[in-house]
This record gives sequence, structure tokens and C-alpha cells, in this order.
Amino acid sequence: MEQVLTVSRVHKEFSTGDGQRIVALEDVSMGVEENEFVCIVGPSGCGKSTLLRMAAGLEPLEQGTLQYRTDPIARPRREIGMVFQEYSLLPWRSVRENVALGLEFAGMGKQKRDAEALRYLELVNLRTFANAMPYELSGGMRQRVAIARALANRPDLLLMDDPFGALDAHTRILLQKELLRIRERHRTTIVFVTHSVDEAVYLADTIVVMTARPGTIATTLKVGLPHPRDRADPRFARLTADILAMLDSAGT
Amino acid sequence: MRAGWQTACLSLCAPALFFLLWEAVARAAGNEIILPTLEAVGSLLLHPFDNVISMGSIASNIGVSLARVLCGYLLAVLCGIPLGVLMGYSSSMFTFFNSFLGMFRPIPPLAWVPLVLAWFGVASLATLLEVPRSPLYYYLNNLKLSMLFIIFVGAVFPVLLSAIHGVRSVNRTLIDGARVLGASERDIFRLILLPAAAPEIVTGMRIGLGVAWMCLVSAEMLPGSLSGVGYLITHAYTVGRTDVVIAGMISISVVGAALDMAFQYVERRRYGWRRLAR
Repeated sequence: MEQVLTVSRVHKEFSTGDGQRIVALEDVSMGVEENEFVCIVGPSGCGKSTLLRMAAGLEPLEQGTLQYRTDPIARPRREIGMVFQEYSLLPWRSVRENVALGLEFAGMGKQKRDAEALRYLELVNLRTFANAMPYELSGGMRQRVAIARALANRPDLLLMDDPFGALDAHTRILLQKELLRIRERHRTTIVFVTHSVDEAVYLADTIVVMTARPGTIATTLKVGLPHPRDRADPRFARLTADILAMLDSAGT
Repeated sequence: MRAGWQTACLSLCAPALFFLLWEAVARAAGNEIILPTLEAVGSLLLHPFDNVISMGSIASNIGVSLARVLCGYLLAVLCGIPLGVLMGYSSSMFTFFNSFLGMFRPIPPLAWVPLVLAWFGVASLATLLEVPRSPLYYYLNNLKLSMLFIIFVGAVFPVLLSAIHGVRSVNRTLIDGARVLGASERDIFRLILLPAAAPEIVTGMRIGLGVAWMCLVSAEMLPGSLSGVGYLITHAYTVGRTDVVIAGMISISVVGAALDMAFQYVERRRYGWRRLAR
């Protein structure tokens, strides 16, 4: 089967202010299949966000290859959507106008894109907030709007850069459930970056474990537990503990 | 929370004390050249359309000054905003212009006076546009190039700097977020950068207008000026009419404050999202 995203032997360096070279990613290779939910988990500084930004076309590729289906990725493209951890909604636009933003860039008429925006707000259960301003929403609601905005563009691949990382624990768990529910209704391939092992085990079909300095892939494993997953399930706990142990031994 | 009328009373206390003190000192001094009484100044302000010291009314002089300030200020806005946005957007543009503009920024507008007089003399918009003698000529002749230049120099830097800073400090994630949604460079500029920078640009325009208004007196002290509230003040001083000086100063304050409040109103109404969005 054709892979949606292919990362092959990617190497990335940054230079710090005092001219030192830091290896962010070293010889990273991975593939993402159609409809797969891949979580990349690792400590901060392991280059997982950099990898995701490169896949989105926001960060230049220096060595190796990055492909969306059969095309090399050089710049952002409509088929690849992205949700950020930080606040990315336009504060001067209503929720509906924010969700319609990508459709506006594509040149869709006002009426049509408004209807589309409402459809996707319905999908994330925020239809009643269509005319609200982003600052009137809670953090969790804003991220749901950001997800609706990305999906309204009908991406073939959705990249999520620790989208729930800034939320409180309770909201986070609610949004994880919500994301799985949305995915049931709106099938897409997802690559999700997180530093929470628990989150990765709860969400993913496949977990890619990365270690830091230099950023490399330690292992890739299939979760294989049926949805909805139960955190009290011993298999859930064992898998979480295994990954944490792996990160712990690599971190020292 | 304090009630509205309590806040109003509290904010009026200091001005009331100030006026009482003024009146007391004026009566004690008994010399209206040193300090005229409240009544003398007040009656001038209450009859703004009366002719004072055969120079026309306070209102008409304010009108002339306002036309000058707005003209010079408009020029500053028309140059400052596009240049500032460009410099904020492109780092090579910024590097190209920044040190050049930095050379001029520390020079007070008043220091330009001798040079400006040498360049423009008493030339006005009327002579520049070669308008024939007519009522229009009379109005345009009040807009001396030298004055417009001084006001321009005062207003352009706040406008320019706020535009640069406004565009530069736009949150990167907003731009990245638009890029991944398929925005073209033009979309980014028009739909992200400009609206995001707009509140700061408007704040710069407000400060610029304040500075422009403050450059007024120095601009109207230039030769060739026979009207305007700044000229009225300096002329009143030479004929020993301190009451007119103070009435002129108060009218400058009132008009300046009114312009500032109008801008603040727009900022609050239009850009409330900035205050509220973290």
C-alpha cells in the first residue's frame, strides 16, 4: 500500500547563537500508512516538533527525503493540515470566520464557506459558538475550533503538534476522547506529537518513540488494543510503563 | 467597585484645587501680566468667536492650526505606515533603512527650523501648486511648507516605529497556521499581518497626532506665519496679553485631548479583541 508520509534518512542541524552546531534529528526514517494514527512521543528537545514542522513544509529539509505520497515536500500544501499547541486562531475573527479561513484562501465564496464552516463546527460540537470570538472560548474549545479549521480544508494528512499540551489534565482527557470520536466520523491519517506517553497509548495505532541529543527514533511499536481504551486495563498500564522505561534508560 | 459619580468627583478634585490656587495667587499678585484671573481667561474662552488683539477669533485660529497639523500629519501617516509595514515585513528593507532613519530620529523637530527656512522660506501649498489669487489661495497660503515639514518630522517617527514593531511582533503561529491552510504570500500580508498589526499601528497614529499637535507652536513661530493658535500665543506675549496666552494654551490642551480621546474611542471599539485576547 502507498504510504501517505514517508520520512527517509532525515538529518537536521541547528546553529545556536554562539555558532555551535546542534544535531536536532539524526538519520530519522519512518512511514505513515493510509488512515493510520501515529503518535510520536519523546522528551522535549528530541526534535519531534521539528520533524512535524518539516513534514508540514514549514521548516526546510537539508538532508534526506520527505514525501507526501509520491511528491517531495518543499512547502506547505493544502493536503497536509496542521494543528498547533499554541494559540493559532485569528483573534479578530469570529469562530466561524476562523474555521472558514482555509476555504477563503482557496477562493470559495462567502456563503458556501460559511455553510462548510458550520458543518465542521457541528462536527466538533461547537455550532452554537459560531458567532463567538475566540477570546470568549476556553482553551479546550479553542483547540476544537483549531481542529475544525484544519479539517474544513479536507486534508489527506493531519499533523498535530502537541495540541492538548497546554490544557489542564481533565480537559485533556475529554479532548482525547473527542478527537477519537471525530476521527470515527471523519476518517483521516493523523500524525500526533506529544510528550505524554499516556496520551500516545490512549490514542495511537502506532507509537514512534524518540530520544534526545541527537534526536533519533528508539523504537516503533503497534498498540493493538481495541478502542475505547481503558486506562485501568493492565495491558494499557504495561505498555505505558515499558515506553517510560525505554525513555528513562535513554535519557541518562 | 466605586460608583461612576464617585470616580468623577475624585478625578475632578485635583483640577478644582489647581483652579482655586490659581485664582488665589492671581488676586494676591494683582498683576494681570504675571497672572490674569480665572474670570479674564474664562471670558475669552467663553466667547471663542470674538476677535482678540485684532488677530481674529480663537476659534478661527484653532481652525487654521488644525488644518496645518492635519496636513503635515496626513503626510507623515502616508509615508510612515507603508514604509514601516515594509520594514517590518522584510528584514533586508529594515537593515537598509534602519540606520539611515536612526540618524534623523534624535533630532528635535525644532532643530530643523533654520534649515527648513533656508529651503522653503515662506513658500506655501498655494505657491507650490500655483493657485491663482482666490479664497482658495487664502486658505492654502496658510499651509506653509516649512510648517508642514516640522509637523511631519514630529509625527512620522512614532507612526513609523509602531508600524515596524506592529508587523514584526505578529505571532509566528498565526502566520504558520495560515501557511498550512494554503495562504499565498498576498493572503498572509492582507489577511494576517495587516489586521494583526493594525491596533499597534493605530496606537502609533494616535501618539503621532499628539506629537504633531505639540509641534504646532514651534511651527507657527516660523516667519511668514500670521495666524494660528501658536502665533496668537507668541503675538499676545509681545503685547503683554497674558490672558490671551493662557486662553490659547488651554484651547491647545482641549483640542489635543479631544483628538486623543477620539482615537482612543476607535481603538477600544475596533480593537477590543487585543485587550481581551490574552
